[in-house]
Amino acid sequence: MALFVDIEKKLGSFHLQVKFEADDSVLALLGASGCGKSITLKCIAGIVRPDRGRIVLDGRTLFDSEKHINLPPQKRRVGYLFQQYALFPNMTVEPNIACGVRKKKDKAAAVQEVLRLMHLQALGKLHPHQLSGGQQQRVALARILVNEPDVLLLDEPFSALDSHLRFQLEQEVRQIIHRFGKTVLLVSHDRDEVYRFSSNIAILKDGKLDAMGAKHAVFAEPMTVNGAVLTGCKNTSPICRVDDTHVFAENWGVTLKVPAIAPDMTHIGIRMHDITVGDGENALDCEVAEQIENPFSFTVMLHPVGSKMPGVIGMELSKADWEAVASDRLTVCLPPQAILLLKD
Amino acid sequence: MDWFPLLNSLRIAGISTVIIFFVGIFAAYYIAKAPRILKGILDVVLTMPLVLPPTVVGYLLLCILGPKRPLGAWVLSVFGIKLTMTWWSAIFATTVVIFPLMYRTARGAFEAFDETLAYSGKTLGLSNTYIFWRIRMPACRQGILAGTVLAFARALGEYGATSMIAGYTPGRTATISTTVYQLWRTNDDALAFKWVMVNMAISAVVLLAVNMLEKKQKSGRSA
Repeated sequence: MALFVDIEKKLGSFHLQVKFEADDSVLALLGASGCGKSITLKCIAGIVRPDRGRIVLDGRTLFDSEKHINLPPQKRRVGYLFQQYALFPNMTVEPNIACGVRKKKDKAAAVQEVLRLMHLQALGKLHPHQLSGGQQQRVALARILVNEPDVLLLDEPFSALDSHLRFQLEQEVRQIIHRFGKTVLLVSHDRDEVYRFSSNIAILKDGKLDAMGAKHAVFAEPMTVNGAVLTGCKNTSPICRVDDTHVFAENWGVTLKVPAIAPDMTHIGIRMHDITVGDGENALDCEVAEQIENPFSFTVMLHPVGSKMPGVIGMELSKADWEAVASDRLTVCLPPQAILLLKD
Repeated sequence: MDWFPLLNSLRIAGISTVIIFFVGIFAAYYIAKAPRILKGILDVVLTMPLVLPPTVVGYLLLCILGPKRPLGAWVLSVFGIKLTMTWWSAIFATTVVIFPLMYRTARGAFEAFDETLAYSGKTLGLSNTYIFWRIRMPACRQGILAGTVLAFARALGEYGATSMIAGYTPGRTATISTTVYQLWRTNDDALAFKWVMVNMAISAVVLLAVNMLEKKQKSGRSA
């Protein structure tokens, strides 16, 4: 059971061109806003018609430009959770969910069953605007699940919620996804959310797939600058190649030892928490340009001593660690094995 | 006091409002989805009666429906019915004059509709007809109702085109507005004043209704 997507779509100057396959697990589409994540979902659901290509779900062709197949959304059996949940405002929760029941008989029983399953019995007679964001999401999910879709599309499912609600709701949604057991596509720009939910990740940029693979591999080696930034790498710099294992980082004005470098690499990156205090390989004597206090840590912005470049390197330290070494000058290491080699 | 003009005005306005309710909504729905150039052209043509003097509308209608004009002559010869100078002739006039009001407000309401509601309905397998009548229309209810009430009020007060196409025959084609004019012409100030009061009362009720609907719509959106 799988979802195969290979589509192209032009919208003004924007050109979407993606090809991927998803199995019975969670595939996350990670990308900045406007990269084509939502349009991809809309193409799969049949709301937007691709210019060219093929979409096959569990062996059923949903769209094929060559064979002139374009199933209407009604026949695709795609469960689409919209960012704002799209509950019908003129109906209470029960008729809203009843809209999702496909069979003609025993609609009410099916509605009650899913209400019970999702712990929503108490809300059945309320209108959507009387529900909290989290409750609206649960109702929307109930309406989708009762519809028995073959694939679940989640479009930024937590972006409309307050951050303190997210944690609990994420847990619930993870359980629902687990029970669902079929292909799930999660669209998000939040790397933490993506990491917790998915087993595979596809990174999108300007309508193209930048990188794709198992989540551990993508986070360990994002391959591209966009991938590195989207997976949370805050320090990147274009490079000049010195020799096979050394590069000059242009933003920071320093020469660094790196793992073996392929010729098409144009940038390096290093995650804030991979930088260590003290002497060692790639040790840099730095001035502290700024220290930023976070709730549970410090972010320290460092400028290498002697560098003519304005660029700074950020590192993250626990409060205790920073307080132990806090000063205007600091020697830090950028361990070569932690340096990411990237393409633009 | 002979109440016939009130009855006649109400039935003319009522029937033309029912007609325009459906025609206006469907025009608004399909034109909102039309390509831009076609939309621009249709918009100008369909809104024209709003800005044209009613006498011009009446004149154009007579050019089509008059007993010596192609359509009027054809209906007269085939069905033996004269399209002008009957009470229901005024329906042609009011329908054309109030169409833009309904069309404009309905289109505004449709354009404010959150299209993702329709999308989610489609992915759930709901038919387009169901989505239109059970989701889109209820969501646009207040705007459309306001348009309907406004159209009804305008139809009730229509004078120019109505007087040209239906004339003024007491007890047959007289409406409130044509009666007021006739009474003023014959110096029957007392009766004219009574009809003026009736007309103002109806208009006040209608405007109150429109205001209440608009307020409800605003609070409904923020909720």
